[in-house]
Amino acid sequence: MSRPAQKRVTLPETSEWSFEAIDQYHQEIARVAGAFGLDTYPVQVELITSEQMMDAYASVGMPVNYHHWSFGKHFLATEKGYRRGQMGLAYEIVINSNPCIAYLMEENTLTMQALVIAHAAYGHNSFFKGNYLFQTWTNADAIIDYLLFARNFITQCEERYGEEEVELLLDSCHALMNLGVDRYRRPQKLSLAKEKMRQQEREEYLQSQINELWRTLPQMDIRQDRVPDRKFPLEPEENLLYFIEKHAPLLEPWQREVVRIVRKIAQYFFPQRQTQVMNEGWATFWHYTILNQLYDEGLLADSFMLEFLQSHTNVVYQPAYNERWYNGINPYALGFAMWRDIKRICEQPTDEDVRWFPEIAGSNWLETFDFAMRNFKDESFIAQFLSPTVIRDFKLFAVLDDDRQDKLKVTAIHDDIGYRRIREIMSEQYNLGSREPNIQVWNVDLRGDRSITLRYQPYQLRPLGDSADQVMKHFARLWGFTVRLEGFNEIGEIELLQETRIEKRRGADH
Amino acid sequence: MVRIIDRRFDSKRKSAVNRQRFLRRFKKQIRRAVNDAIGERSIRDLDNGEDVSIPAHDLSEPHFQHGSGGIWEQVFSGNDQFMSGDKIKRPSGGGGGGGGGGRASNEGEGEDDFVFHLSREEFLDIFFDDLALPNLIRTQLARITDFKSQRAGFTSDGSPANINIVRSMRGALGRRLALGAPFQARLRELQKELAEAVESWGDEHERVIALREEITRLRTKIEAIPFIDSFDLRFNNRIRVPKPTTQAVMFCVMDVSGSMDEQKKATAKRFFMLLYLFLTRSYEHIEVVFIRHHTIAKEVDEDEFFHSRESGGTVVSSALNLMHDIIADRYAGGAWNIYGAQASDGDNWDNDSPICRELLSTRILPWCQYFAYIEITPGEPQNLWREYEKLLGSHANFAMQNIEEPAQIYPVFRELFKKSLA
Repeated sequence: MSRPAQKRVTLPETSEWSFEAIDQYHQEIARVAGAFGLDTYPVQVELITSEQMMDAYASVGMPVNYHHWSFGKHFLATEKGYRRGQMGLAYEIVINSNPCIAYLMEENTLTMQALVIAHAAYGHNSFFKGNYLFQTWTNADAIIDYLLFARNFITQCEERYGEEEVELLLDSCHALMNLGVDRYRRPQKLSLAKEKMRQQEREEYLQSQINELWRTLPQMDIRQDRVPDRKFPLEPEENLLYFIEKHAPLLEPWQREVVRIVRKIAQYFFPQRQTQVMNEGWATFWHYTILNQLYDEGLLADSFMLEFLQSHTNVVYQPAYNERWYNGINPYALGFAMWRDIKRICEQPTDEDVRWFPEIAGSNWLETFDFAMRNFKDESFIAQFLSPTVIRDFKLFAVLDDDRQDKLKVTAIHDDIGYRRIREIMSEQYNLGSREPNIQVWNVDLRGDRSITLRYQPYQLRPLGDSADQVMKHFARLWGFTVRLEGFNEIGEIELLQETRIEKRRGADH
Repeated sequence: MVRIIDRRFDSKRKSAVNRQRFLRRFKKQIRRAVNDAIGERSIRDLDNGEDVSIPAHDLSEPHFQHGSGGIWEQVFSGNDQFMSGDKIKRPSGGGGGGGGGGRASNEGEGEDDFVFHLSREEFLDIFFDDLALPNLIRTQLARITDFKSQRAGFTSDGSPANINIVRSMRGALGRRLALGAPFQARLRELQKELAEAVESWGDEHERVIALREEITRLRTKIEAIPFIDSFDLRFNNRIRVPKPTTQAVMFCVMDVSGSMDEQKKATAKRFFMLLYLFLTRSYEHIEVVFIRHHTIAKEVDEDEFFHSRESGGTVVSSALNLMHDIIADRYAGGAWNIYGAQASDGDNWDNDSPICRELLSTRILPWCQYFAYIEITPGEPQNLWREYEKLLGSHANFAMQNIEEPAQIYPVFRELFKKSLA
């Protein structure tokens, strides 16, 4: 096989990068990505040092963030690992913003920079722009501005109310961050201008509302007419931070705003947590496809390809369950394999594929890709597209661990009767709703001691982890009164799991 | 067109704030770790950072999570032996969460201690915190000795940035002249000959042509001498000279009789460390002499000084006599600045205390820059203290302090710091 005649000049093949070389690579990558029909936000490439990379890494991957000790802790941990060579740094961080910011680390070779550009600036970028979760939950235009606003606001709070005060508040919010998202409700979009304008209003309005809610003046005549224990909230509330922001009786307006900031940021990351396999697989598929296309066009040197393939294979390596490195299913590996397989099903379907995927077998792969990328998240993507071929390639098998049984049981393997079961379990494994405990606000004792009751709905009889009592303390700090956690036991009865009492009103002690 | 932005140079050390937050937040644990570290370090080894470890449990960030237990049905990769329906023994050590797979290992990570490196500054800062040092003194102590960078002529190698162009070109010119001189002389002769030849025989004569050829050859030779060669290069030479300092010797005198327990020794160690640290700021070379005593005094190494224990009575004068002997023997002659630091619980044999005062006053203080005494006792001052008190008025280089804990050490040195760091 001879490579096509060289029309263009080959791209630079040194390992040292330069701005010109990055620009050249970017141009070619952008051209090929465009030819494949990837629709992206404009790209902004930023070169940073390893320290800055670690820093961004520690601040949950954002270029601007408020200050908090936990970011310092993550930084120290990352730095230690990096210095000792125990881990390479993530070679890319990409921000879901418009323009899409992709970070290149200065220590990387030119090959790695090209790989990151293809992976992050075109792979992830197009996913951010296209996927329905990102479109509904995040607003790429505003995120950087919002983070800037958040940081300034929190800095102001620190100046006014003291670092410790703010820090304790943030600790508590962080503890509830995972449960500070709307799972079912469609969110409003973030907009900096609106945020700022409404912030003041909201503060005043909310405060007046809450005072109304907790009015202490007795109103005997009215009260007697009412039903004695009307439930509040009427419907259980899944977003704990939202409920605290709106209804916690003792929080100051600025504290509500901080709760809101943490909640908004949690919400911003929510789609990423739901699309790990899809998103990483998508980006990996595209860097692989784009760079191979460039190679086929004769633009890339062999040395480039060797280095690229070496790191690519590292990324998509899936260790077996009994290997030392095994740490669950590698989302890069699974995602990459699935996207590749979809392409194969479109182009060269076997009989099996036709049986399993009649609607996509033999279709135009680019259109199918676009459809799949836009309309799914991990859970549904796997449920829809995990094919017998991939299951066989990964030699997937399902194990049931029921703590009432002595032994573990293999429930399905990669054979005809097992495919569907494996696909189901795998899909469930990526369902955030079952991965994280389902805890909702159940009731507030409006007329009595203002205590709040949370309800835990166990999934598959799984108990809550040990840290729950810590989290309850954080919740109690925010709420200001007694917090109870109830749960359903095995026979479906409600029982009290935890109770955290707060003796003193927080508002009164400072 | 892509926007490429070079961010490498902005906001260096952005993480510093978060790091400070982290250190402040866990000050208690970090301080405990630093105290342990101080216990293990040599008093001469204060100028390094330290790896600090904190129990990971203390700094966990709790979340609502599923615990182990309940039903977990999970998918694994790389099946090599199982058929559906197989029963497997639950792996041990998984805490019952064998099916927890990835989860279990995520949480497992939290069991180890969290270890990180405290920089020298941060380490000293915490050390100073204990000692309640005023801020000004902290910064002065934490400062690294200044070096003065000064010119030291020229060298033949160095970094390109330091090339001295004038010198290099002058060297190159000299070399060209020297190498070219024989040819130049010959050239001048030939040109003269050529002029004569042309005049007498005309332009076409073979002698003229031969001369012309030789001239061309010579010119080529001259031109072949390199204009500048690597050994012409001269570089500005700068050397770092430490600011003028002299040498000092520090005497650590400690009572190791039975009544000095570990706690008191630890306090004494801080006291010696602080003096040492102070001296390193002022002197280039410091020797430390350790003298411990009960009824008899002995010069020992540091390890033995702090860690071996003896019992018995106390005769402080024995140590002072030894110190005097060592001074006379090794550090006399004015080349040494002598500092003394004595720690004791003050419980001396009654008749000995006046002797100590006498010794100090006549045989030691005249030699010393500074002599500091701390009495580590919670109760009433002891007899040694009362005798030493009499020295305070007459000797400006003598300081003493009764202390119970490290924070009270600093006043002993106040005069000393004031004088020398001003």
